[in-house]
This record gives sequence, structure tokens and C-alpha cells, in this order.
Amino acid sequence: MVEWTEQERSIITSIFSNLDYEDVGPKALSRCLIVYPWTQRYFASFGNLYNADAIKTNPNIQAHGTRVLHGLDRAVKNMDNIKSTYAELSVLHSEKLHVDPDNFKLLADCLTIVIAAKMGSGFTPEMQATFQKFLAVVVSALGRQYH
Amino acid sequence: MSLTDKDKAAVKALWTKISKGADAIGADALGRMLIVYPQTKTYFSHWPDLKAGSAPVTKHGKKIMAGVAQAVAKIDDLTSGLLDLSELHAFQLRVDPANFKILAHCLQVVIATMYPNEFTPEAHVALDKFLSNLALALSEKYR
Repeated sequence: MVEWTEQERSIITSIFSNLDYEDVGPKALSRCLIVYPWTQRYFASFGNLYNADAIKTNPNIQAHGTRVLHGLDRAVKNMDNIKSTYAELSVLHSEKLHVDPDNFKLLADCLTIVIAAKMGSGFTPEMQATFQKFLAVVVSALGRQYH
Repeated sequence: MSLTDKDKAAVKALWTKISKGADAIGADALGRMLIVYPQTKTYFSHWPDLKAGSAPVTKHGKKIMAGVAQAVAKIDDLTSGLLDLSELHAFQLRVDPANFKILAHCLQVVIATMYPNEFTPEAHVALDKFLSNLALALSEKYR
């Protein structure tokens, strides 16, 4: 079981309550597709991903980025039970979407960068450590049901 | 994933914008790394103070960024350009190369906090490739 201090819980809820999902979600997903282009393999049906500008303005990517970020809400609301909270989503990513679980970390890193850019100096080392711990738990839970 | 001419141009362009703040970037990234990845503290057990903003951390952050500057200058041939640093890391420091990735990530987080407008996705991919190649050049002499 993952242990969370009071400070860590408060950092996570604070980051997410101040989050502009429609801005951060699309930015994180499009950054991932640009910085790690092999991740585009999962979005063949999304239309034009030909270059960075096309990716950044693609409405399907924008919608999906927002959706993925909202997917993290479940973990924020169930921090003591992230593993079981994501069991179903893990099966989905494995059986239906066939996403290599290594990709979860790539998206997590891009999300960290986007949040860092938004928060500037407010993204202290302690906040980074907590946020990355949170994302690592989510990433682990999402990869749990693969077999 | 070797550096294209476009990558090199993007890295040099980004470096021009951030190099004045290099010392601050280095100090913040190193301090941050020691906190976010506590296992990295094992390499600095000889320092009296490992806290962010402390004298040894600040001084060493500056040193690291001087290495990055050297790499930018030698971007066309990182392996020979960083030979001396590779020997240092391989034979004396013996830093596990996995840590290069960790520091690279912290550098990018700090650059994102300090230069959010300059650190576009396009700049990010070029820098990420550059730092990977830098790490590879640094590990050249390891075995």
C-alpha cells in the first residue's frame, strides 16, 4: 500500500484544483507525441499528425488530452486505492488499446514538464517529488493488469 | 536517434536564450535531483551540505552547466568533444549512467519553469535528443 503524508495529499489536491484541464491536457498529450514520436502509433485514426503544428492544432488530440487528464481525477479522489481504481482502465489499455506500458511514463514526464512550465518557481522540488510519486503510482496501476 | 542539423540548430538557439541563466539552472536542477531522486545523494556523501541552495550544490551545478556548454560547442562530435569528461566519469566518478537520464529530466523541468515560452515542444524534443547523446558520449569510456 502506498503511504501518503498529509503534505503530499495536500500538494496533489492543490495542483489538481488549480488545473486548467482544457489547456494542460492537450499540451501534455501533444508534447508527448512531438517529443516521443513513436507514441503516435496509437493515434493513427486521429487525422493529421504530420508535424508539430498539425499535432498541436489537431482537435482530436486536444479532446483526448483533456479526457486523459480527467482520467487522473479518479486517482486524486482515491489516493489510498489507486491500484484497484485503475484495474479496469489497465485492462482497457492492455486488451483493447494495446498500449506499451512504457509509454505511460513518457506521458507522465511530459505532464510534469507542462505543469512545471505553468507553475514556474512555484513548482518546488518538493512539489515535483510528490507529483512524480503520484504519477509513478498511477503508471504502475495502469500497467498492473497486463499479462 | 542522432542529432539532425535541425536538432543542432534548435539546441543552439535554445542555448543562446538560456545560457545567461546557466548557473541558476544547474544549481536548481542539481538541488532538485537530490530531493526528487534521493538515491543520487549517494554520490555526494563527501559534501557537508546537500540542501538546495547550499554552497556545494550551487558550485557543482555551475560546473555541470560548464560541461553542458562544452557539449553545445562540440555538438558536431560529442564523443571526441567530451572525451575528457567521459574518462572522468568512467574511471574516477563511476556514476551509474542511469543517473544521466535523471539529471537530464531535472534540467528540462527547471528549464520549463524558468523559460516556459522558449521551451516549446519543438525545443524540448531537440534538447531531449541532445541530452541523450550527451549521456551516451559521457558513458563512452565506461567499458
